[in-house]
Amino acid sequence: MSARPLALSSRIPPGLAHAGLLWPSLGVILVFMVAPIAIMLTYSFLVPGAYGGVEWTFSTAAYEQILFERDFLDDSLTFTPDYLIIVARSLAQATIATLLCLVISVPTAYYIATRSDRVKNIWLFLITIPYWVNLLIRTIALLFVLRDDGPINSALVDLGVIGQPLALSYNGFAISLGLIYSFLPFMVLPLYSAFERFDFRLLEAAYDLYASRRVAFFRIVLPVMRPGLIAGSLLVFIPSVGSYLAPDILGGGKTLMIGNLIGTQFQAARNWPFGAALSMILLTITLIVLVWLARRAAQQQQTN
Amino acid sequence: MPTARLRDLRVFPGFSLLSVGCVVFLYAPIVVLAIYSFNDGRSVTRWAGFSFRWYQTVFANQNIQAAAINSVVIAVIAATVATVFALGAAIATVNGKKGGGEGAYVVLTFPLMVPEIVTAVASLVFFVAVGISLGFATILIAHIVFCIPFAYLPIKARLESMDATLPSAAADLYASPAKAFLRITLPLLLPGLVSGWLLAFIISLDDFIITALVAGPGATTLPLHIYGMLRLGMTPEVNAISTLMLAASTVLVLISGLLGQAGRKH
Amino acid sequence: MQRAIIQPNPTPPADAKAAPLSKSSSLPVQHPNSVAAEVRNLRKTYNAGTPHAHEALKDVNLSIRANEFFTLLGPSGCGKTTLLRILGGFEMLTSGTCRIFGEDVSRLPPEARPVNTVFQQYALFPHMTVRRNIAFGLEMLGKPRAEVERTVERMLDLVHMTDYADRRPDTMSGGQRQRVALARALAPQPKLLLLDEPLSALDLKLRQKMRLDLKSLQRETGITFIFVTHDQEEALAMSDRVAVISNGHLQQVGSPEDVYEQPQSRFVADFIGESNLIEAKVAGVTGGEAALDIEDFGQVHAPIAERVEVGQQVWLSIRPERLVLGAGHSDGQGPAKVTDRTYLGNAVEYHLRVGKHALTARSPRGGLRGRQDFAPDDLVSIGFEPGSIKVLLS
Repeated sequence: MSARPLALSSRIPPGLAHAGLLWPSLGVILVFMVAPIAIMLTYSFLVPGAYGGVEWTFSTAAYEQILFERDFLDDSLTFTPDYLIIVARSLAQATIATLLCLVISVPTAYYIATRSDRVKNIWLFLITIPYWVNLLIRTIALLFVLRDDGPINSALVDLGVIGQPLALSYNGFAISLGLIYSFLPFMVLPLYSAFERFDFRLLEAAYDLYASRRVAFFRIVLPVMRPGLIAGSLLVFIPSVGSYLAPDILGGGKTLMIGNLIGTQFQAARNWPFGAALSMILLTITLIVLVWLARRAAQQQQTN
Repeated sequence: MPTARLRDLRVFPGFSLLSVGCVVFLYAPIVVLAIYSFNDGRSVTRWAGFSFRWYQTVFANQNIQAAAINSVVIAVIAATVATVFALGAAIATVNGKKGGGEGAYVVLTFPLMVPEIVTAVASLVFFVAVGISLGFATILIAHIVFCIPFAYLPIKARLESMDATLPSAAADLYASPAKAFLRITLPLLLPGLVSGWLLAFIISLDDFIITALVAGPGATTLPLHIYGMLRLGMTPEVNAISTLMLAASTVLVLISGLLGQAGRKH
Repeated sequence: MQRAIIQPNPTPPADAKAAPLSKSSSLPVQHPNSVAAEVRNLRKTYNAGTPHAHEALKDVNLSIRANEFFTLLGPSGCGKTTLLRILGGFEMLTSGTCRIFGEDVSRLPPEARPVNTVFQQYALFPHMTVRRNIAFGLEMLGKPRAEVERTVERMLDLVHMTDYADRRPDTMSGGQRQRVALARALAPQPKLLLLDEPLSALDLKLRQKMRLDLKSLQRETGITFIFVTHDQEEALAMSDRVAVISNGHLQQVGSPEDVYEQPQSRFVADFIGESNLIEAKVAGVTGGEAALDIEDFGQVHAPIAERVEVGQQVWLSIRPERLVLGAGHSDGQGPAKVTDRTYLGNAVEYHLRVGKHALTARSPRGGLRGRQDFAPDDLVSIGFEPGSIKVLLS
């Protein structure tokens, strides 16, 4: 017998009850998330106000500002790569982080998935805890470790391995490390779920047909796992590209990413339309990546 | 043919080492941070003996206390409201019912897909545009919004794993829909509800960037306060308070995990 | 099974909730001739008005008597479960009426009907013990604690589950869960008990035992059982009456003998037991008997009740075990050849070819007791036990 629809009262018509249950949540999200983003979209076409906020004049200046600087004497536009560099850096950092996370996560997730049940749970527990620990704290911890007078450098100097502390912090390297450190668990856990569902008989078949371990891994396991890999990659790429804390705390203010740039527009710089335009760009990048990767995952499903 | 040593077919060489390395990498910084929080001296590099003094400083600090209380209060309220809303949404969308089920799901998980910074600035813009002054209330509203999907997913999962004929059986045995919900559905959902609440609680407690942008003067949470401390320099007090938050998160995750295990035995 | 301690006159629950149904009416005695459930012109269409509209039940008229073990029989998807769900209140009918002991229940939700159900997957509440499960319906009806406990003990005893009273469903086998589901459904003393393929998840031996148990349980409690199954053997073994349903249509209602011996349509003839279905043409009708021409074979005679015309195309249904085979070709018939012989243990089955017709004959242990045994390629003559040919018009 299939289920009777869950109802809370036979006196309230089911349609109304259904709506009453659903709309608080939908309403809250629509009003406080979707509407704000729509407002932001509008703001990105407005002009910054004198004391912050916006003035209601239509203008595409915010978007132009990403690429060009307007000379206010003769109103000509000169190409400024500064902001583009920031966007490019964000994309690059996110890509590097995603790739490195893949390299680390795939074997780890696979390994955990092939342990016995009891051991599996212990591993999962260990991976889950950093997943839920405050991102700010973890970033601070990483900074602590990487600093010039942090434990690593002190130890190396004391042991005489190096004379000067290594510049491990306040640069691009630290940001990369920070991104990986932040989002690694985001990839391991879903990958683990995917590997759990992997049919290991495929491996047996591969070995039966004389495949070496390397071939078996790269040509059998990975392709079958592609949807999982894509899902995990999304979970690292998207937060990475919009990351605020890692570049802020670990990058030292010289290596900005989109996240910081946006934040500044709404705090110190007080250029809301510009910040809004940047946000739209970030959102678009996110959407493109989501749709592109989702489509690749769907294609995989079809060919399977 | 040379005799090859028979190993578990599924094992690939080097994976175990990498896995251990992965876990070590994840824990090393926070473990080191925690260890140095007990360092008696101010210097980060020299170990001057075991001491609780930084913790004493932190506990005595009124600002930190206020921020911590704020964080917990906001987290409790946000988690509770979000869980209630999410429960309704889960019931309404269980098993992909018609009535915009798919669209509803997209909206409900929307906050998870938008980069946090975008959510943060969009919320700020919204509150200002609508005229809500920034403060405690705006933090709370923003938290509720992003907590809903975190509460929703475990509840929905639990609901869908429930035998769908049970409400029919309850009705067959003369239970009104309200009684059926209270006596049958709710008890079975409880592990999912608790899971959802804990998740939402942790997420709210930990949030930084959204809170930073929608908080007004005077309203502060613990992460915000810690960030402010960090701006002034990496001090042992920062170590101590960070380690405390770490411990709190870990305890919450442990509780959530244990409850999950207990629930599974049912 | 022990003598049931449930009164044959179930006292209706004292607490009448939102239900206008006569739970408080004085209809305690299930007279053998009163009508327990009745559906008239029942139609059920899913997704009415859309391109995906599906008519699950088409104009069904059915009357189920009190005290009876009534079975709805048919293949998967035929609508039998839909009908059961409409009786239980889990589906709304599209048009027509549905009455339980005279009261129109079409608009009532399940909790307002004095009907209980044994679900196919049992639907036991996993977070409650066996005891609490059985007590649930009584608690919902607001029965006093002492009475609830007494009834639960009686039910546990009835289904022999007293030792499992404090166990949880997930620690029990399918057969045990089934008995708990039964006890839970019987505890509130419903006027009707609906059973949705309750035996389908059990293995053969257990199923056969449960058939007997259910049958005697019904007799002792006197409660009207409405049983759904796709297993025709089960239906014949347990029921007082059987309703054969196909594709939303009620094909035939009758006792197991009626339905088996006198099928009224090809579907019923084919679905119940096995049947040879042969096309024939009416050659003539005298009195209550028709002469029928079978192509490539010859003429046979069979009793006929309906009005037919000479030359009318009809179908003949003959059970394999009613064919009598003789050695060698008989002159009065078309030649029949054995194409296959299968030994079944308790019988031997022969596949025959007569011109364009393929027939199956079954003979108990050919070679024993004087019955002849045949081998493939043997020519045989075919005889029909008297009265074994049924003429079907559809």
